[in-house]
Amino acid sequence: MTEVAVPRTASDATAGAGPTSEGAGSRQLRRVRDYLGVVPFLSYVTLFMLVPTAIVVIGAFQSDDGAPTLQNIVTVLSGAAFRDAFVRSITLSAQTAIIGATLGGLLAWALMDSEPNGWLRRIVLSACAVLSQFGGVMLAFAFLATFAFNGLATTFMREVLGLDVLGGSWIYGMNGLMVVYTYFQIPLMVIIFLPALGGLRSEWWEASSSLGGSGWRFWRHVGGPILAPSFLGALLLLFANAFSAYATAAALVSQGSPIVPLRIRGALTSEVVLGQANVGKALALGMIVVVAIVMLLYALVQRRASRWVK
Amino acid sequence: MRGGRRTRGRTIARWTSFVLIGGYLLLPLIAMLDFSTRAPGGRRTLDPWLAIGQDEDLIESIIISLQIAALTVVGVLLLLVPTMTWAYLRVPRMKRPIEFLCLLPLAIPAIVLVVGIAPIFAAIRRNATGSPLALVLIDIVLVLPFVHRALDAGLRSIDVATLAEAARSLGAGWPRIIAQIIVPNIRPALLSAAVISVALVLGEFTISSLLNYNTVQVVISLLGKRDAFVAVAVSLGALIFAFLLILGVASVTPSGRRAAEENATGEPS
Repeated sequence: MTEVAVPRTASDATAGAGPTSEGAGSRQLRRVRDYLGVVPFLSYVTLFMLVPTAIVVIGAFQSDDGAPTLQNIVTVLSGAAFRDAFVRSITLSAQTAIIGATLGGLLAWALMDSEPNGWLRRIVLSACAVLSQFGGVMLAFAFLATFAFNGLATTFMREVLGLDVLGGSWIYGMNGLMVVYTYFQIPLMVIIFLPALGGLRSEWWEASSSLGGSGWRFWRHVGGPILAPSFLGALLLLFANAFSAYATAAALVSQGSPIVPLRIRGALTSEVVLGQANVGKALALGMIVVVAIVMLLYALVQRRASRWVK
Repeated sequence: MRGGRRTRGRTIARWTSFVLIGGYLLLPLIAMLDFSTRAPGGRRTLDPWLAIGQDEDLIESIIISLQIAALTVVGVLLLLVPTMTWAYLRVPRMKRPIEFLCLLPLAIPAIVLVVGIAPIFAAIRRNATGSPLALVLIDIVLVLPFVHRALDAGLRSIDVATLAEAARSLGAGWPRIIAQIIVPNIRPALLSAAVISVALVLGEFTISSLLNYNTVQVVISLLGKRDAFVAVAVSLGALIFAFLLILGVASVTPSGRRAAEENATGEPS
């Protein structure tokens, strides 16, 4: 594309700043003016995204009266309740990412042959967008309607099959979170992974089968290795997605604060223990660190994935 | 690739996974429909659905959320369309930093953002009247990744440079170029950016609930403790509404890039 070159000439030809002789000074002035154009945007994201993040990071290292301290970090790292919350959050995110990626990957594969602009794919992708991104509270209710004591699945098992194995209270705890999180990971995986599957060329399949390769051998030696970085990348995004989620857990969990986002809610809303006003910020910093590591890995994996899937 | 025994086995395997996994995704939605129409004695009723229209808190919160959504769309487009157009034309070097900043909200969990934004909002509340419309300021940040993606695709699909050059040579100023040349040409991108923003704002819970604003999700969540039947009904209604909104946009905007990819890879379709 020539979009880099063309605007330069366009601006040189038409900008009113330099009339006849293009002095170095006026060119520099124009360049400064060009950069000024993005200042409103930069100020906005600074004020409403970077400053809040900085408040979290700096506050994590401050005592109640603003003096620098490591006490908040120590409290989070040494407190069994906080540590357990992190372990639970990470386990929950990893497990639901793996199951969600597997099932979502299968569903994406099932959609591969459907027409890209056909109604089937449009409906499925729209539904996936809604379920993965906008669910939150509503998905919690959906699962209460399914698995709580009077839920559809529970009553079906009890009255039709005569089994009372499910009960109804498990949905309000960690197991419930497992099920609901897995549920919203599946559609997200479809959205992320379908484009990668689209990058698999039919020529590769034809080449493999014309050389006598079976379906299994194609996936083992061609499809699998090509898709592996994309799959790993999707896995990391799913992990970050579950790790950051708050709404579903807030609406579903009835007792205690088993995972980190709920702990942060506790720190924000409850009466603050003396000397612990900034523990919430230390917890939030912990979340930033985990997500940052995941995103860094994602960037590395992505570089590899882009080699094949353009 | 097509025809033959192996392909048929594969087709069956594909339909099986589609039906099983798709069915699992549908199950909770069916359960919601069942739950929200249940009446004593195994009969069916529409009462919870009719009650949605009578719950004043709920109606009020829906109106507030729609206002927030509308202002967020206007705000984010006013912020990003000129910035991105400008970056495309005059400072291409800023395209990557802008993209990075726009994608950053995906990496900062909303629950973290709210911890840092609470002090800023305490200040805003002292000065403003505590209107929930202040949430627009944060929601604009939350929708940045999605709006950026949509606008970037839109701007890529047209020849911004030539259009702007032609307009300038005819004497148009920058505001006019953006409003009358660029905007009409990327209308599908604007539409999908707007729709995804609306859906995102209507589903936003984390920030509004922790800053104590009664948006629709907050009210639904409270309603769940009072009247589970109505809460389930309105949840299903909201999911269907968001689905139809997104499906509507998906049907009017041809996904040009995907079609181009399809041609490039020679995939039969």
